[in-house]
Amino acid sequence: MSEFEPKIIAFVCNWCTYAGADLTGTSRIKYASNVRIVRLPCTGRIDFMLLLKAFDQGADGIIVSGCHPGDCHYTAGNFHARRRWMVFRQLLDFLGIDLRRIHFAWISAAEGGKFAEFVNQVTGEIKKLGPYQSYQKAMSAGIE
Amino acid sequence: MSRIGVFVCHCGENIAATVDPAKVAEAASKMPGVVHAVDYKYMCSDPGQNLIKQAIKEKKLTGVVVAACSPRMHEPTFRNAAAEAGLNPFLCEMANIREQCSWVHEKSEFTTQKAIELVAIMVEKVKRNKPLFPIKVPITKTALVLGGGIAGIQASLDIANAGHKVILVEKSPSIGGHMAQLSETFPTLDCSQCILTPRMVEVARHPNITLYTYSELESVSGFIGNFKVRIRKKARGIDEKLCTGCGICSQKCPQKKIPSEFDAGLGKRPAIYVPFPQAVPNKPVIDRAACTYYKKGKCRVCEKFCEKKAIRLDQQDEIIEAEVGAIVAATGFDIKGADFFPEYGYGKYPDVITGLQFERLASASGPTLGAIKRPSDGKTPETVVFIACAGSRDPAKGIDYCSKICCMYTAKHAMLYKHKVHGGQAYVFYMDIRAGGKMYEEFVRRAIEEDGVKYIRGRVSRIYEEDGKLVVKGADSLLGGEPLEIKADLVVLATAIVANADAEELAQKLKVSYDPYHFLSEAHPKLRPVETNTAGIFLAGAVQAPKDIPETVAQASGAAAKVAALFSSAELSREPVIAVVNRQPPPVLSTCTGCFLCEKACPYQAIEREEIRDRKGNLLKVVAKVNPGLCQGCGTCVALCRVKAIDLQGFTNEQVLAEVLAL
Repeated sequence: MSEFEPKIIAFVCNWCTYAGADLTGTSRIKYASNVRIVRLPCTGRIDFMLLLKAFDQGADGIIVSGCHPGDCHYTAGNFHARRRWMVFRQLLDFLGIDLRRIHFAWISAAEGGKFAEFVNQVTGEIKKLGPYQSYQKAMSAGIE
Repeated sequence: MSRIGVFVCHCGENIAATVDPAKVAEAASKMPGVVHAVDYKYMCSDPGQNLIKQAIKEKKLTGVVVAACSPRMHEPTFRNAAAEAGLNPFLCEMANIREQCSWVHEKSEFTTQKAIELVAIMVEKVKRNKPLFPIKVPITKTALVLGGGIAGIQASLDIANAGHKVILVEKSPSIGGHMAQLSETFPTLDCSQCILTPRMVEVARHPNITLYTYSELESVSGFIGNFKVRIRKKARGIDEKLCTGCGICSQKCPQKKIPSEFDAGLGKRPAIYVPFPQAVPNKPVIDRAACTYYKKGKCRVCEKFCEKKAIRLDQQDEIIEAEVGAIVAATGFDIKGADFFPEYGYGKYPDVITGLQFERLASASGPTLGAIKRPSDGKTPETVVFIACAGSRDPAKGIDYCSKICCMYTAKHAMLYKHKVHGGQAYVFYMDIRAGGKMYEEFVRRAIEEDGVKYIRGRVSRIYEEDGKLVVKGADSLLGGEPLEIKADLVVLATAIVANADAEELAQKLKVSYDPYHFLSEAHPKLRPVETNTAGIFLAGAVQAPKDIPETVAQASGAAAKVAALFSSAELSREPVIAVVNRQPPPVLSTCTGCFLCEKACPYQAIEREEIRDRKGNLLKVVAKVNPGLCQGCGTCVALCRVKAIDLQGFTNEQVLAEVLAL
């Protein structure tokens, strides 16, 4: 393993992005194998503390993706997620978390190609950023 | 102590080509809590399922992870297998190592490693799974059908004949839809009204069907089996019970020059009118935008002449509330209007008309009583040019799709014209002739070979008027794009079929998805063409995509069969993936602080308030409670809850956290 292979965790909703990722598979579109998908019913279900936990577990990058605005299977879950994210990212920024490592996207069940592109793009960016060691450092310094 | 079984599927070569299943099984067997791990060629096959069932019994498994395809594919299969072996089905989870691993990565150690990690995630989750039991909800055995065209009529009749109640809501004053406007139908040249009107009458007198015409859907709440709908019955301006439909009001109405919607603007109607003679119900409606009384405050001629005293000029809209178990959306389509074709002069030249207008010209009940006369001067046209694909298959117009029926009805129009005007000449400009369907190709051939319709492959660039003739400029692409000019008396545009202007609004009311063209989306393009992604809501007809009458009728009957199947059982069993507010057994308490943020966030109004009292009846606190019938399990409330008092069964905080920790 000469090159750095980042660990990327994707929190996706069951109805759009998970189905979109399935479509990527059905269409046999190849993408970077760094991503691990965690399936949730809706992006509205995502407790953003999970994002911190993921970094704590050594994740180098995080993807959050759900249905396009207006297309949520549960009417408005993705809007809740978006709103929560707007508030949360300021807090994260304040805490010194590297916001470049968290990527938000809307990927529908029909966008298999977009999912692959997005994963590749994020993987590329995280590769450039390198391992997320400063988070671990911050944690060990007792700032939580 | 957990006893987890891991079953790794090869899916033939689908997984085994890039992932090493034996290695995955071996790695899984070393995961904490895993007592059994095997790989097999086809896990979903009978022998594969038996492997799982046997292991559950022999190894006394408390949880199962099947590493195979997407849970969206086979989760029900494996959960059923687990249930047959006596394990609660919700203790079975799937690791998606096909769609999200073997199919998307090259063969390498990384890919196998990823599969192992995906299994590890699921093992950690399933350890924390709890037995869940399906929720039973009662079903209201009444269907709501939206739209009274042929799709809605067919669906209503089929559901009603199956013995269930139907509420049919139609926006316009009569049912019948576009099919009632057509002259003849391809490929048999059956008279459209002759085959349709008996069904319209059947709808009106069917004891199981309640018909609301001139009504629209106001709002929908609830869920499959238990929808609550509000219907706005617009003020017709008459007392329908008293009105006998004698028609004296229409005869006496001084406003006579309003373009008739039914005749696609070619005919005229009064302000109080019945859209067409065979209308169901045969009761007039007052067009308030055109009526003198509503504009100037006086007239009341209809009121004076009505013998039954049935005119109600001060009538208000009425809201009707109903409970229904299923909804069929059959609201049909629209066609592109005037401003869409500036190069063809539609709207500018009266003799450039749409296909629907030509239907009215050719119809025996139309403004010309079936004689082909051009709108400008009433003369019989000697040369008629039909332009197929007017708007359709034209990315520049924003309509990429094929409207599907135009090739056929254009051939029909040309044929009808030739039948009625023997000496006339018909030209058809086309891009391709798409005549897939029973007897369709033969029909087009007949138009060309027997009736002598001239087909020209090419597009029309422009139409302009010169010496009382419409000059159609085009090119014949089969002759190397040679420019071509035809002097025509009448031009008929086979205009693109588009979604209704309010289709998006309807989709949002019904909470179903729609495509970029605002046609409502089916749940699966191949295998679930009549269902939507919202359970209990079905599609019929052109609301889903352009389609012809037989296809529409087939889909309507399909939707009706789905509704009848849903209504065949007394209650509905739902997946128990719902939120619950934690409550400890006595003393009855909850960590819920009663902030009710969840109440505001819930899109389904599923959060109720529950009072906790002590033995003396003193109020201790008010906490949130989830109505299991209404909750759809999105989990928005869970992520929102400050005190983590609310949790989502099947995706609990503990489970999801365990998944993250397994990474």
